[in-house]
Amino acid sequence: MSSREAILKAIKEAKPHNSESALPEVNILHTTYDDLDAKFATTLAGVGGNAVHLDSLSAVEGYIKEHYKEAKVIVSTVEGLHVNTKELGATDDPHTLKDVDLAIIKGEFAVAENGAVWIKEADARHRALYFITQKLMIIVPKEQIVHSMHEAYTRISFGDKDIFGLFISGPSKTADIEQSLVIGAHGATEACVVFI
Amino acid sequence: MSHNHSELADKFASNVERMKWHDKALWFVRVKRDTQAKSLDEWEELRNTADKIKSHTLSHLDEYLEQFEKNALARGIRVHWAKDAKEHNEIVLDLLRSHNAKMIVKSKSMLTEECHLNPYLEEHGIEVVDTDLGERIVQLRNEPPSHIVLPAIHLKKEDVGTTFEKFLNTQKGNSDPTYLTRAARAHLREKFVGADASMTGVNFAIAETGGIVVCTNEGNADLGASLPKLHIACMGIEKIIPRLKDLSIFTRLLARSATGQPVTTYTSHYHGAVEGGEMHVVIVDNGRSKILADKRYVKSLQCIRCGACLNTCPIYRRSGGYSYGYVIPGPIGSTLAPSRDLKKYYSLPFACSLCFSCSNICPVKVDLAEQLYLKRQDVVDAGYLSPIKLNALKMATWLMCRPKLMDFAGLMARKMVPILPRVLLYSKFNLWGKNRELPPFPKNSFKELYKAKKGIK
Repeated sequence: MSSREAILKAIKEAKPHNSESALPEVNILHTTYDDLDAKFATTLAGVGGNAVHLDSLSAVEGYIKEHYKEAKVIVSTVEGLHVNTKELGATDDPHTLKDVDLAIIKGEFAVAENGAVWIKEADARHRALYFITQKLMIIVPKEQIVHSMHEAYTRISFGDKDIFGLFISGPSKTADIEQSLVIGAHGATEACVVFI
Repeated sequence: MSHNHSELADKFASNVERMKWHDKALWFVRVKRDTQAKSLDEWEELRNTADKIKSHTLSHLDEYLEQFEKNALARGIRVHWAKDAKEHNEIVLDLLRSHNAKMIVKSKSMLTEECHLNPYLEEHGIEVVDTDLGERIVQLRNEPPSHIVLPAIHLKKEDVGTTFEKFLNTQKGNSDPTYLTRAARAHLREKFVGADASMTGVNFAIAETGGIVVCTNEGNADLGASLPKLHIACMGIEKIIPRLKDLSIFTRLLARSATGQPVTTYTSHYHGAVEGGEMHVVIVDNGRSKILADKRYVKSLQCIRCGACLNTCPIYRRSGGYSYGYVIPGPIGSTLAPSRDLKKYYSLPFACSLCFSCSNICPVKVDLAEQLYLKRQDVVDAGYLSPIKLNALKMATWLMCRPKLMDFAGLMARKMVPILPRVLLYSKFNLWGKNRELPPFPKNSFKELYKAKKGIK
């Protein structure tokens, strides 16, 4: 008998027969917020990130020039944003992204309760970009913001061709040394969410 | 060889200052958890729903595992099955060898700790780099993690400073957490970029979609898994959840319970390998199906490894992770370890004051304190209890079966104890009085007070 069969057989014999254990619905009544933008901004600030509202992509370009003066290598996956100094699609090897100072990526929607943004870019070639960049900017269409993870997961699906998606809530962080919070563990040291 | 919690706890607690610091550091996390839990009116409903989902899943576990496998295979994810730790380690080594991998980056996985994967791979010439900061610290110090979420919580920043001085060439005497974290970031970035393969644990495996979810704050699992061509994810059979939308419950509970954050920084949903790469999932039993068969302990398989029961446990906070001698310490470890080997871990169910805080805090409602109470009975039935404790229990039983004698003994104690000399009172037979003072003895017994209050003659 293969290990697979042995394990499944052991489980079949061992599993509890609990007739009351129906799979429950998950659409429970959840906390909602009067001002979604304000709640999102406060929560994101609480986890070390910041939220900004801008009018247009050209305003984003201006914001980048002003706030990321030090950034030499910039990769953007956002169409219409002319700030790239490096093209993501041009490289076959994600290791070449190790010098990226600033990545600007697309977020689908934001979650007010926890400051997270859902990211699933079908056309972004290397997911490593999200984690290897020194600083991260996520562009989210304004009003694409939900109250809670319950609403969030009603908007998420994984079709046959989808291979990766994630929530990012603020910059990378750790408290592994004496419970002292340090922003910037292995991933981005800064995370800015821009609503336009 | 059996393991004695109270002896090791004694050792940890002998450094009173360190013990108090450890207690406070973890209580701080517990308080943060409370703030998050109280911010949601639906908290208890989330716990109830999580409990129901997990309980349902366990009673259909084979079906969901097969569904997961089918859907994962359809996505091109390779699925392996391991009966025990040995088979798990061999599968991982074979995969690494077939890719000619010399150095791997690993994110936190209690399962690979349980299987002792690192030493196994190192024996076979593979460099293993733990990339979670806390795990890297303890790995450099050649220590196991002392907490499942905060692996280096037993260390002070000065300890970390000395370790980094030795291994990462940091400035002598500099123990600033930000400085040390930056040094680790630079050191580990080299490892991430140089790794031939990556390994991660699995927080949740989704039967419906055939994908897995990994939650981290540091981004180490993600950076690790997105650079090399080979990603191996290892999971216990109990990590399955039926539907993608079940994550709406679990992602709300996990980080809030673990560290008091509203969610982890990264919640990554892996449904396939990087471009041109391979993704493998290893499903491991290693004693879990045995627990599944025992309805008294089956709920311990619902655990999502948040560590909340450790942070809240008055014993864990004051005895440290190493006093448990098992890969998972605290209340959850105290039921899982004796489920694996009752003789070896017979003392762990007694590392508990039955305060029930763990049962009340657990986000998936594992009946931890109830299980520890039952485990104690297993230990007694199996004859593993020390003769001193066993005789004390026998004497107490004998006395309590004789109410008149019990009343008389109580009366004598109330009269005699206050006038006994200290040497006699705090002799080696009084284990309870070892580090604490007896309370002042009341004039009347509880029975007398109760009767007086109720007006019973």
